[in-house]
Amino acid sequence: MSLRGRALVYGDDISTDQITPGKYLKLTEAEAALHAMEGIDPTFMTRVKQGDFIVGGRNFGSGSSREYAASSLRIAGIVAVIAPFFARIFFRNAINQGLAVLECPEAGQIHEGDELEVDVLAGEVRDLTQGFTLTATKLPPHILELVAAGGLVPWLERKLAAKRAT
Amino acid sequence: MGQTLSEKVIARTSGRTSVVPGEIVWCAVDLAMVHDSSGPRRLGPLLERLGAEIWDPSKVVIVTDHFTPANDQAEVEIARVTRAFAHDRGILKYHEAEGICHIVPLEQGYVRPGMLFVGADSHSTTAGVMGAFAVPIGATEMLGVFVTGEIWLKVPETTRIEWSGRLRDGCMAKDMVLTVLGEIGDDGATYQALEYGGEGVYALPFDERIVLTNMAIEHGAKAGVIPPDDLTFEMIGGAGRETAVYPDADAHYLRVLKHDASDLVPQIAWPGSPDNVAPATAAAGERIDQGYIGACTGAKYTDLAAVARILKGRRVAPGIRLLIAPASKDVMRRAAESDVLATILAAGATLLPTGCGACAGLGHGVLGPGERCISSTNRNYPGRMGHVEARVFLGSPLTVAASAVTGMVTDPRELL
Repeated sequence: MSLRGRALVYGDDISTDQITPGKYLKLTEAEAALHAMEGIDPTFMTRVKQGDFIVGGRNFGSGSSREYAASSLRIAGIVAVIAPFFARIFFRNAINQGLAVLECPEAGQIHEGDELEVDVLAGEVRDLTQGFTLTATKLPPHILELVAAGGLVPWLERKLAAKRAT
Repeated sequence: MGQTLSEKVIARTSGRTSVVPGEIVWCAVDLAMVHDSSGPRRLGPLLERLGAEIWDPSKVVIVTDHFTPANDQAEVEIARVTRAFAHDRGILKYHEAEGICHIVPLEQGYVRPGMLFVGADSHSTTAGVMGAFAVPIGATEMLGVFVTGEIWLKVPETTRIEWSGRLRDGCMAKDMVLTVLGEIGDDGATYQALEYGGEGVYALPFDERIVLTNMAIEHGAKAGVIPPDDLTFEMIGGAGRETAVYPDADAHYLRVLKHDASDLVPQIAWPGSPDNVAPATAAAGERIDQGYIGACTGAKYTDLAAVARILKGRRVAPGIRLLIAPASKDVMRRAAESDVLATILAAGATLLPTGCGACAGLGHGVLGPGERCISSTNRNYPGRMGHVEARVFLGSPLTVAASAVTGMVTDPRELL
C-alpha cells in the first residue's frame, strides 16, 4: 500500500476544534469538509490536492472526539497523516474512516512541500526531496486489516457478509 | 501481579482472568452512549447500509444535548432524526433536552461500578466517576459497537493520581485537575488510564469528583477512574457493590503522581490550551467580557451553589455578561428550589438552556474576535468557544464568579 504525494506541515497540538470548528458540526460530512483545517490554516482548502499528506507535530488531533475532523481531511484529499504521536480518539477515528495514520517520531524532519512516498503497511516514510527514510511504529495486524479494508464500515460489511454466508 | 481497576474491567469483559498493558483484546460493552451530534444522524444511514440491527437496544443511551433547543432548521432536523431513531429501534434510554450526555446517565443511575462504558464523545471519561471503565470513541467506532456489541481495546498503562489532604476554602476540584494538567500537559497521559485516590479525592462531594474524571481526556487519557466508596453506591440508591472492582494493593502503575490538596490555591489556564496553567493571582487583573458557567464540567448543582455563594449580595460588573447554562434540567430545578438560582439572577446573570452550548461553540454565548471569557468548562483551544481569535481562560466556578463580579480574572478567596 504505497502512496506518493506532497507534505503539508503543521505544528504541535493541532486540536479537532481547529480542524473542524464546532459551528460546522451541524452540517453534513461533505459540507463540513469544505472547512477542513479552517481554525489553524484558512489557506488549507485552497492549497490541498488529492493525495497530499499532512505532517503534524506531537499530539495531533487532540480534544473533541468529533469524527468530522478525520472525515474532513479524507474528503479534502489527504490520504495519510504522519506525526510523532496522535491523540488516541483521532487515531482510531482516522483508521475507522480509512485515513491512514503513521506514528513517526522523527516526522519533524520533513519540510513543507517535500515529496513523500509512504508505505502504510510497512510503516515507511521516504522523503524523496531530502533523500531519507523514516520508520513509523508498526501497526498491529488487526488494525492493518482495517486500514487495508479502507476503514471500519467496509470491514464490517465483509464481516457481516461472511457471517451471513455461513 | 496485581491489577488496576481498568485492567480488571478489561479482563472481565474480554473473558480473561487478567490482562497486561499493551495487549489488544476484544471486549463486550456493557453500556454505549451517543448524543445527537455523534449518534443517529451518522449511525442510522450506516446501519441501513449494513442491513444490521443494534446488538442490544437496552444497552444504548441516546442524549440530545448539542442541538437543543434548536436554533435553525438544520438543528431541528438533527433532533428529529435522533428522536425517530430512538423510537424505531426501541431505545428506551432516550433523553432529549434533559441535560448533557455525561450528566444524565449518572442522574438516571445507568452507570454502574465495574462497567465497560463507551461513549461517542470525548468527555465520556466522566462515567469513570462511578468506578466504571469509561472510554470515549468516535461515531464510526460506535457503529462497530452497535452492530457487534464489542470493541477492541489496547490495555492501557495506568497512572495513579494521589491527593492527600483536603481542599481549603476557595479551591475546587477544577483546581486539582488544572494542577495536574500544568504538571503533565494535555498529552501527558495519552493512551493511559488515570486512577484517582487519596483523602483529597474521597473528601469531595460527588459533583466535584465528576470534574476529575470528566477532564481525564484533557490529559490525553483513555479513561479516568475513581474506585468506588460508600458515596458512589449512595448515588445509585445503595446498589452497585456486587459489580464493583478495586485496584489490587500490588497493582502495577506506570507512575504515581502525589499532591497535597491542602497546599492548593485557585488555578487558571491561560487562553490556548487547558495545560497553560498558573495560579489565578498570576492572571489577576486580566480584563474579561464574559463569564461562562456551563458544560458537563462546571455547571452541576455544586457549581451553581459555589457561584451563588460569591454572588450573594453582589452584582456582576457593569458591561460583563455572566452566562449560566446548567448541566441538566434536574440541576436547574434544584437550583430553583433552593435560593441558588434566585441569588444568581439577582446578581444580574443570564440563565441559558441546559445543553453543551458555547463550550462546544454552539448555541448561546459564543465569542467574537478579541473577546475574552473566563469559563468553568473543560477546553480553551483556539476557536473552541466561537471565534478563533477569542481568548478563553479556564477556572473553577468560584473563580469564574469572582471574576464576573470584578470584571477581571480574580482569585475567589478575595471575595469569600
